[in-house]
Amino acid sequence: MSILSRYMLRLARQRWRFRAIRKRGELRPVAIRTGRIAPSDLLVFTTLRNERVRLPFFLKYYRDLGVNHFLIVDNDSDDGSREYLAEQGDVSLWTSKHSYKRSRFGVDWLNWLQMKYADDHWTLVVDPDEFFVYPFCDTRPLRALTDWLDASSIKSFSAMLLDMYPKGRFDVMPYNEGQNPFEIAQYFDSGNYSFVRNGKFGNLWIQGGPRARMFFRDNPERAPALNKIPLVKWNRRYAYVSSTHMLLPRGLNQVYDEWGGEKASGCLLHAKFLDTFAAKAEEEMQRHQHYANSHEYRAYREALSVEPDLWCKFSEKYINWRQLEILGLMSKGNWA
Amino acid sequence: MTVGIVMLCHTALERAAQVARHWAERDCPVVIHVDRRVKKPAYQKLFDDLSDLGNVQFSARHACEWGTWGIVAATQDAAAMMLASFAHVRHVFLASGSCLPLRPVEELVAYLDSRPRTDFIESVTTEDVGWTIGGLDFERFTLRFPFSWRKQRRLFDSYVKLQRRVGFRRKIPDGIVPHMGSQWWCLTRQTLSAILENPEREDIDRYFRKVWIPDESYFQTLVRQVSAQVESRSLTLSKFDFQGKPHIFYDDHLQLLRRSDCFVARKIWPHADMLYDAFLTKAGLGQAAAEPNPGKIDRLFSKAVERRTKGRAGLIMQSRFPHENWENGRTSAPYSVFQGFAEIFENFEPWLGKVAGTRAHGHLFAPDKVHFAGDDPVYNGSLSDSAALRDYNPRSFLTNLIWNTRGERQCFQYGPADNQTISWFMACDPNAQISVITGAWAVPLFQSNANFSDIRRQAALMQKLELEYLSILRSAFAKARVRIWSLADFVENPMEPLQTVIDEISPRAVRRLTEAPRLADLAGFGQFLQNLRNQGMQPVLMGDFPVDFGQSNPNRRRGRPYLVK
Repeated sequence: MSILSRYMLRLARQRWRFRAIRKRGELRPVAIRTGRIAPSDLLVFTTLRNERVRLPFFLKYYRDLGVNHFLIVDNDSDDGSREYLAEQGDVSLWTSKHSYKRSRFGVDWLNWLQMKYADDHWTLVVDPDEFFVYPFCDTRPLRALTDWLDASSIKSFSAMLLDMYPKGRFDVMPYNEGQNPFEIAQYFDSGNYSFVRNGKFGNLWIQGGPRARMFFRDNPERAPALNKIPLVKWNRRYAYVSSTHMLLPRGLNQVYDEWGGEKASGCLLHAKFLDTFAAKAEEEMQRHQHYANSHEYRAYREALSVEPDLWCKFSEKYINWRQLEILGLMSKGNWA
Repeated sequence: MTVGIVMLCHTALERAAQVARHWAERDCPVVIHVDRRVKKPAYQKLFDDLSDLGNVQFSARHACEWGTWGIVAATQDAAAMMLASFAHVRHVFLASGSCLPLRPVEELVAYLDSRPRTDFIESVTTEDVGWTIGGLDFERFTLRFPFSWRKQRRLFDSYVKLQRRVGFRRKIPDGIVPHMGSQWWCLTRQTLSAILENPEREDIDRYFRKVWIPDESYFQTLVRQVSAQVESRSLTLSKFDFQGKPHIFYDDHLQLLRRSDCFVARKIWPHADMLYDAFLTKAGLGQAAAEPNPGKIDRLFSKAVERRTKGRAGLIMQSRFPHENWENGRTSAPYSVFQGFAEIFENFEPWLGKVAGTRAHGHLFAPDKVHFAGDDPVYNGSLSDSAALRDYNPRSFLTNLIWNTRGERQCFQYGPADNQTISWFMACDPNAQISVITGAWAVPLFQSNANFSDIRRQAALMQKLELEYLSILRSAFAKARVRIWSLADFVENPMEPLQTVIDEISPRAVRRLTEAPRLADLAGFGQFLQNLRNQGMQPVLMGDFPVDFGQSNPNRRRGRPYLVK
C-alpha cells in the first residue's frame, strides 16, 4: 500500500468524521442517560424506524448477553417505538426527522454518537433485527469475549450476516411482541456464499444466502453485502464507512487470517423475513430511503408479489452456534 | 509441615483476595505481592479485606512489566519474606492472582509431604525448548534487551538484529547453564534459601537483570545448581497459545478442570463465578492419590491453536481467506473432473454414479445453468443452479460445493464449452483428479444437425479452448492428478483407462468393472474429421483417428466395449 493511498484513506476517514460532526445537529435528544455509562461498559448502537414489536425481545437479548447501555437513534417512528424506548432505564435515545438516506443510512448519526460516547468502549452496532452470536455465547457472556479480545490485542470482531427465514410464506406465523423471532425464522443457507477481497479497504465482500438465491439470481452483483464487523473496541478516531461492512482505519477490517488459519468470528442472525417484512418493504419503497435507489426492496416487492418461499430442501434448521461453527460459517479461532 | 503460597497479583484483586483467604484459612501462609502499578485505593482494599488473617503478609512492591526483571525481584522478596516469617513452611508455591486451586488444600499438602525433597519446576535446557515465541531462546541469555517488546516492538526487533549482525554476545557467568521453563514453580525451603542466600547472588542478579523474560529462566537455571531432586514439571496447569499468552478458563471448563486432577490452574477469567464457587466454597471430591493429568485440557488447547494457525482445509469463510497457495488445501476433499467422457459414452453419468458409489453431476460450469446430479435446482448448502450466481464467483462456487458435500466424493463433467475461468484453480488443486479425452467435444458436433460451416467454426473455437486448457494442465504449476488421452487412443481400448480412474475414486471396490457405459456410434466420425480437414480446419486433438473407424471392422461389437471377466 503506497504512502499516497494511505494518505487518501486518512483523508477519507477525516471526511466521514467531519460529516458525522456536521450531522450531529440532526439529532434531537429524547432521553439521555449517558451519565450512567461506566468506563468499561459494553455499548450497543442502533438506528431504527417503526420497530416497536421487535424491541422487547431485542433489548432482552442484548441485556442477557451483558450489554450495559443502548444508544439508539429513532428515525421518526410513529408506532410507539420512541415512547417505549424513552422509558427504558438503560437506553439513551435520540430522534431525527431528517433523511435516513442522507445520513448514509444512519452511519453518520451513529459515527457521531460513537465518537462522543464510545471512546475506549467495546461497541456493538446492530439493527433491531440483527442478533449477535459468537463462540460459546450459550455459556459465556459478551464480556468474556471482549476480555479475551483485549488480552489478544484484537480490536475488531467479524460477524457475518446470516439471513434466517421460515418454511413457507412469511406471513404464515405472525410474530408476537417479545417472542424469539427464530422460533419462526428457523432456517438458513449454509454454504452458498461468495467471498472476494476488497483491495481498497482490505475487507472481505461477502454475498449470497437466500436473498441472492431467490431475488438476485440473475444479477448477483446487486445482492446485498453480508460481511459485517459489528463489534469494535472503539476509538473516537475510527469511522464506519458503509453500514458496518467496513471501517477506517483499514487495519480494523483485517478480521480474517490470510495464511491458512482461522480467526475467531461470529454471526449476526438476521430476523428480517417475518410477517412484518411485506409491510416494511412496501413502506421503504414509498420512502425511497434505502441503498442504491432501494433496488433491493424493489427486487423484494417483485418477488413478494408471487409469495416467495425461501425454504428449500437443503435449508439448515438453526440449532446453536456450534452448528454454525461446524458448518464453517463462523469460527472459534484459538478461543477454547 | 505445610506449603506457603507466594501470590503475584496485578488485576482482579477481589478474586486474588478470595483465593488468598482460601489458602490462609486452610493453614497455608500467604505472601502477596501487588504490582506497583496498581493504584493505592485498590491495594488498600485488598489489604483491608485480608487484615483479619494472621498468616497473610504483603511484600515490597515492584513494577512488573511483562518480560522484565521486576517479576523476579518481586518473587525473591516475597519468597524471602515467606521463609523468614513462617518457619513451618517446607514448600513454597508460586502462584498468580488468577490461579485457582482445583483440589482440596489438604491433598496438595499431603502430596508435597510425601515428596519432602522434591522441587517441582519446569527446567529445560535452551536446546530442548520448542515453545519460545519469536525464536529467541539461547539469545535471551546472550543479547541485551533495553527496549520493551510490547511497546517498542520495532526498536526491540531491530536492536536484536543489529546485535546479531555485529556478533555481540554477553558473557554468561561461570557455572550458569541456561535453563527455561514455566514461571510457576513449587520449591523446597532448602532449595529456595540456597538460591536466595547464595553469596554470589548479587553478581548473578546483575546478570539476569538484563536477560529477556528472566521470570522464565532465573529460578529454572539456578535450581539446577542447588537442588538434589528436580521434578521438571509445574504443578500449575497453565497452557499457552500461539502468541505466548495463557489460555483462560471459563465456567464451561468446569468438568474438564475437575477431571484434570491438577492442583492449581491458571488462568481463570475473573467473572467465572461458577468456577470460583465450585472450587473455593464447596468441598472437593478428588481421589487423594491421583496424579495430575492435564491430557484432556492439553488436547483441547492444542486443537484451538491448530484451528487458529492451520484452519480447516478447503474452507473459505469470513475469518479465513488465505492467500493463494497458503490454503493448506484449496478444497476440502478430493473430487473428479471428467472431460469428454459424457460425449463419447451415451449413459456416462448414471453409470459413473453407480460404479463409483457417488452422485455424478453433469456439466457444473455449463453456460445455461449448473447441471447438478438429478437436475436439482439447488444442491447441498443451498447452492443455486443459476449460472449467473456461479459465474459471479466460480471459485467460491467450487470450494462451497466440495465443502458442503464433505464425506461424499464429487464427480462432474467439464469441457471447452464451459466456463473456463475455473481451470487454473482446478489444475493447481491437489484434490482434483482430472481426466481428459482430448477432441471428444467433436462427437456432439458430429452427431448434430447443424450446418457444416457453423460446425467448422464451432470446432475451431473448441479446439482453441481445449488447447489452452491442456497447456494449463501440463504446466509446471499444475498439482492436480491429471490423465490425458486422445480420442483415438481412448476408443481403441476404453476399459483400461476407465478402470484406472474408477479405482482411484473408490479404492475399496476391489472387484473389476463388470458393466461398461455404452460407447456412442462413431461410424463415420473419421470421415467427419476428414471433412473438417478438407474445409481447411486442422483437428489435432483427436489423435490418429482412423477414417474407416467402425466400418472396416464389422465383427467388432458396437456399444459395450470388451470386458475382461
